[in-house]
Amino acid sequence: MRAADALMESLKAEGVKDIFGIPGGANLPTYDALVDAGIRHIQVRHEQGGGHAAEGYARASGRVGVAFATSGPGATNLVTAIADAMMDSTPTVFVTGQVRTELIGTDGFQEADILGATLPFVKHSFQVTDPREIPEYVHQAFHVASTGRPGPVLVDVPQDLSRAEIDYAPRTEPVELAGYKPMSAGNIKQVRIAAKALANARRPILYTGGGVINAEAAEELRELAAADRFPVTSTLMGLGGYPASGENWLGMLGMHGTVTANWAMDNADLIVAIGARFDDRITGKLSEFAPHAKVIHIDVDPAEISKNVGAHIPIVGDVKLVLPELSREYRALQTDPTRLDAWWKQLRGWQGDHPLYYEPGKNGEIKPQFMVEALHRATQGDAIVTSDVGQHQMWAAQYYGFDKPRRWINSGGLGTMGFGLPSAIGAKVARPDQQVVCLAGDGSLIMNCQELATCVTEQIPVKVFLMNNGYMGMVRQWQELFWDRRYSAVEMGPSPDWVKLAEAFGATGMRCEDAADLEETMVSALETDGPVLVDVRVAQEENCYPMIPPGEAARDMVEAPKAVR
Amino acid sequence: MEAGTPDLVKLEDLHVPGQLTGRKHILSILVENKPGVLARIAGLFSRRGFNIDTLAVGPTDDPSISRITLTLDGAVHPIDQVTKQLHKLVNVLKIRDMEPEETVAREMAMFKVSAAVENRAEIIQFAEIFRAKVIDVARRTMTIEVTGSADKIEAFERMIRPHGLIEMVRTGEIAIARGGD
Repeated sequence: MRAADALMESLKAEGVKDIFGIPGGANLPTYDALVDAGIRHIQVRHEQGGGHAAEGYARASGRVGVAFATSGPGATNLVTAIADAMMDSTPTVFVTGQVRTELIGTDGFQEADILGATLPFVKHSFQVTDPREIPEYVHQAFHVASTGRPGPVLVDVPQDLSRAEIDYAPRTEPVELAGYKPMSAGNIKQVRIAAKALANARRPILYTGGGVINAEAAEELRELAAADRFPVTSTLMGLGGYPASGENWLGMLGMHGTVTANWAMDNADLIVAIGARFDDRITGKLSEFAPHAKVIHIDVDPAEISKNVGAHIPIVGDVKLVLPELSREYRALQTDPTRLDAWWKQLRGWQGDHPLYYEPGKNGEIKPQFMVEALHRATQGDAIVTSDVGQHQMWAAQYYGFDKPRRWINSGGLGTMGFGLPSAIGAKVARPDQQVVCLAGDGSLIMNCQELATCVTEQIPVKVFLMNNGYMGMVRQWQELFWDRRYSAVEMGPSPDWVKLAEAFGATGMRCEDAADLEETMVSALETDGPVLVDVRVAQEENCYPMIPPGEAARDMVEAPKAVR
Repeated sequence: MEAGTPDLVKLEDLHVPGQLTGRKHILSILVENKPGVLARIAGLFSRRGFNIDTLAVGPTDDPSISRITLTLDGAVHPIDQVTKQLHKLVNVLKIRDMEPEETVAREMAMFKVSAAVENRAEIIQFAEIFRAKVIDVARRTMTIEVTGSADKIEAFERMIRPHGLIEMVRTGEIAIARGGD
C-alpha cells in the first residue's frame, strides 16, 4: 500500500472523521490519498485557521482534532495554533508535509525545519525517516495527544516517503511507549490526607481549571462540591466544569474574575486546586497570593505541582478518578456541619456587596456586557460559545454563565486573537447538532476573517456576533488606565464594513446599533440559514471590571466606578 | 485507621518541602537514541531557564538507548521541577538523581601547558601526585590527561595554571552508582 494511503487508514483506525487543512507541494500524496479515504476534509483558507479549527473541534467534542498543512509556509502558519493547543492542553494532531528526504537540510523550496520550530510547544513530535513508520507514528501521536495531560503532536512527513510502497496491517494492540506513562489513579494515602485536611478547613475553596473539562469530570466535581457546600471558583479555561447557576458557584477568579472569588482565595485556609495551574492571571502578585492557604493540588501533570505555588498535599492523577475518591473519603469522616457557616456568611456578604456590575447603557447604547446577556437569552444559555481574545472574551466569561462543560471555547493560555471564528468552525463540524456562536472582537475577527469563505463554501453555519467597539479594546483599556490614556495603535478605524464583508463572502451580514433591537436581531441571526455575521456596535470605551491591576494582589481588585446618581 | 494516614490532619502542621537542595546534582538520564533528543533536552533547559553546568552524552550497552549525564546547581534550580519537566519528554526513559554518597563520578580533562625543558620535571611531578598522565610532549608544550572528580580536576588546574596553561578540555562528569544494583 502507498504510505499516504496507510496514513489515511491509520487515521481512520483512530476514529478520525474530519480533517482541516490546505494542500501544497509537499503533501500532494496525502491529498491524493484523501480523495478515496472517506474522511471529510474541510478546506480552510489559511493554515492557522485550520489549526484553530482542529482545536475547536477537540474542545467541543473531546476527540482529537486533526489539521494538515504542507511544508515550509504551510507548516509555519500552523505554529500559532500548535502553541495555542499546548498552552490550553488541547488534544490535536498536526500532519505536515516536508520536502523530499534528499532535499532536507539544503534550504530546498518550501523547506522549513518545522520540527525544530515547534519543539518548545509540542507535547511530542515525530520526524518520519522511513515510510513504514508513518502508520505507527500516527497511532503514537493520537495516544500521546489524547492521554494524560492532552496536547498537540506533530508528525512531519517528507513527500517522497508518503509516496513509497509499504506493507500495511491494521494495528491491533494498544500503543506502548517506554518513555510515556501518564498517571491515572491518585495515591490513595494522599487522597485520605487531603480529605482529613478538608475536614479541618474552615475556609476551604475548590479552585478548578481546564483539567476538569479535559477529564470529563464535571459530574465528579459537582459531587465533591456537594459533599459539604464547598465553594467553587474556576479559571477561564474551567468555565462550565461547575454550573454557573450552581449553588456553590462564586464566579470566575483571576484578573477579571469576581471580587468574591478572588477575595475567597485571598482569605481561604485551604485551596483545593483541581486541574488548574496557578497561572499568573490567577495569582496576581505571586508573593501575596492566598497568604493564609494550604494547598491541595490535584493534577495529571506532575510538573504542574509546586511549579508556581507550593503544594502541601500533592496528588498526581486524573481528576476524574481522584475526585470520587476524595468525595468518598471525605463523606466517611465525621465533620461538623456548621463548620462552614461563617465562611458562607462572609462569601454571601461579598457576593451581595460586590456583584458584577456595569452602568446600564442610555438612549439605546449597547453596553458590551448587555450584549453578552442578550446572547445568553437568545441562545437560551445553551450554545457553544467561542471567542477571540480581549475585553469581549472576559465579558463573555463573566456574563454568559456557562452551565455545562465544552460550551466555552477560547484561547486562554496563549491569548490568540483570531481564534474565535476558526474554532467555531471546528466546533460546528464536531457538533453539528449544537448551536455554535462566535463572540468576536473587531480587533481579533479580522485576523482570521478569511475563514468566512470556509463557512460559506463548506456550509458550516456558525453565527458570528461581533462586539464592535472600534478598538483593540483590552489594549486600549490598559493604555487608558496604566499609560496615561496615550492611545497608540489601538483604533481600528472605519474599515472594514463588516456587513458588506460578510456579504462579499456569501454569508449573511446584519448590523445592530440599538439595544432595543439587539435580542431580536440575534434571534433572527440564529434562525437564518447558513453563516451569519452580526456587527453589533457597542459602547466604545467601556472598561472591563473588576480587575486585578497588573502586578498587584487579589485583595486589591478594582471595581467598576459607579456613576454619581 | 490504616497505617500511614494520620487520624487528624491539622492545617497548621502542613508544610511545603523546600525546593532548593543547595548542592550540586548529577542527573543520569537514559534517552531513546533518536534524532533531535539532545535538542529537546537542551531546548527544555533554555526555555525554562535552567542552567546546565556540564553535559556528557554517550552510548550505553543498548544501542537504541543513550545516556546523558548532566550536572546542575541545586542551590539555584528546583531539581524536582527539572526532573519532572524532563520526564515529560517522551524520548526520556529514565532519570536518576545520583545520591552523592552512593555514586562514583568521574571526569576527564586534558591540559596543554607550556613546558620549557627546565620545568618539565616539576610538571611531571605534579602529574604524578594527581595520578595524571603525560600524553603528548612537543618542543614547548606538554599535554596531561587527568581523570577524577570535578574537584580534583579543578585542583590540578589551580596547580598547573601558573606554569602557563594554554588550553584545557573537559568532558563533563559521568557517574555510576556504587555497589550491586
